[in-house]
Amino acid sequence: MGALAEVAGDENSGEGSRTFVFQNEGHTLGNALKTIISRYPDVDFCGYTIPHPTESKMHFRIQSNQNRAIDILKRGLDDLESLCDHTISTFESEVKTYIETNNKPVPTLDNRLY
Amino acid sequence: MSTNIQRPRLYMDEHKLKQDPHDYGLADEPFNLETFKKKFQIVVVKYDGNEMEFDMIGVHPGIANAFRRLMLSEVPSMAIEKVYIYNNTSIMQDEVLAHRLGLIPLRADPRRFLYKTEESGDQGNEHDTLEFELKVKCTRRKDVKDSSNFDTIYKNHKVYSGQIKWLPKGKQSQIFSETDVGCIHDDILINQLRPGHELDLRLIAVKGIGKDHAKFSPVATAFYRLLPEIKLNRRIEGKEAFLLQKCFSPGVIGIDENDCAYVKDARYDTCSRNVYRYPQLENAVTMARVRDHYIFNVESVGALKPDVIFIEAVKVLKGKCRKFLEEIEAA
Repeated sequence: MGALAEVAGDENSGEGSRTFVFQNEGHTLGNALKTIISRYPDVDFCGYTIPHPTESKMHFRIQSNQNRAIDILKRGLDDLESLCDHTISTFESEVKTYIETNNKPVPTLDNRLY
Repeated sequence: MSTNIQRPRLYMDEHKLKQDPHDYGLADEPFNLETFKKKFQIVVVKYDGNEMEFDMIGVHPGIANAFRRLMLSEVPSMAIEKVYIYNNTSIMQDEVLAHRLGLIPLRADPRRFLYKTEESGDQGNEHDTLEFELKVKCTRRKDVKDSSNFDTIYKNHKVYSGQIKWLPKGKQSQIFSETDVGCIHDDILINQLRPGHELDLRLIAVKGIGKDHAKFSPVATAFYRLLPEIKLNRRIEGKEAFLLQKCFSPGVIGIDENDCAYVKDARYDTCSRNVYRYPQLENAVTMARVRDHYIFNVESVGALKPDVIFIEAVKVLKGKCRKFLEEIEAA
């Protein structure tokens, strides 16, 4: 059995509205994915819930009247994956430059006003 | 005003939190990978042995929090999971002793091991299991008389983590040395014995994640806070300047040669709102935090370096995305 399923009941509401069930996932993936997908202009609603604390399931709801919910989910996961790639490469290069220079000034805001 | 939008602030007033009037909140700005890449920035501030501090700028709380949660509970490490007790005549109960042993941090690099599966059986194999033994017997020193100091009259009356001996499995002895896989600290007191007490234990360490048990968490702490920002709204001199200095964490407010207060470094302020208690300092300061500037602190237990822990955490999130993408594509 796969780790991704769909909740029944959306058969008549078109391809744009779906609730996906993520097995063995929680707030870590749910909230990260939600912050990305809910900011897509073509998404009307996006949210997630963990219906019961003892079941390791996460329900992820997408509603759109322009695109298929599954395509939006796919785009969200793709974007989150590229975000991770970008984070890793930025972090690695920053650690490298820190170690090379090792006397980098602490970034602070322009403080002295008076 | 454009600077305010680039650096969205949350104002900490006396009784409430206030958003910047030009900041339309977190959900307002559409997500776009290219704009994210332009805004996103990481700056390493401190990296000293097991501790690391870095800034992550231009990121949403959901993403920053995911990284923090992953470091705590989904980056693997090795820990003692099973203890075979052949003999324990000490006063410590078997289960308490086993629990204490489980919490001892091991140096073994989890990336070089596999998760133990059902197939590898109770004992595990060389790819997924580390085996240790702890054999200690406490005796009385015959030659010492006229002393009540336990250290001089007893032998082995204190059991330390350094006495745990590694038993290489299969080809492990060719790949690792005892210092690669053994206990990080050799001075952890495990148990105390008296003459005649004996411990004979075999310890099985496996790879696991913090979600299962906190002993598998690779970090001692991993947390973030938002960058504080303090602005003085008027000139504050003399006695008031020293009062102002006392309201903040040490080093935050400086006083120059004219006895005039200035903000030296707001970064390490605890953001307590002590200033608001004094009527003479009313409206003297504006306290704020930069809403998308996260100061991460990662303190490693010692098996992995803190920068490796962070990268592993991001890789776990990437792995989750990959897994579900593959499932969608297969369907």
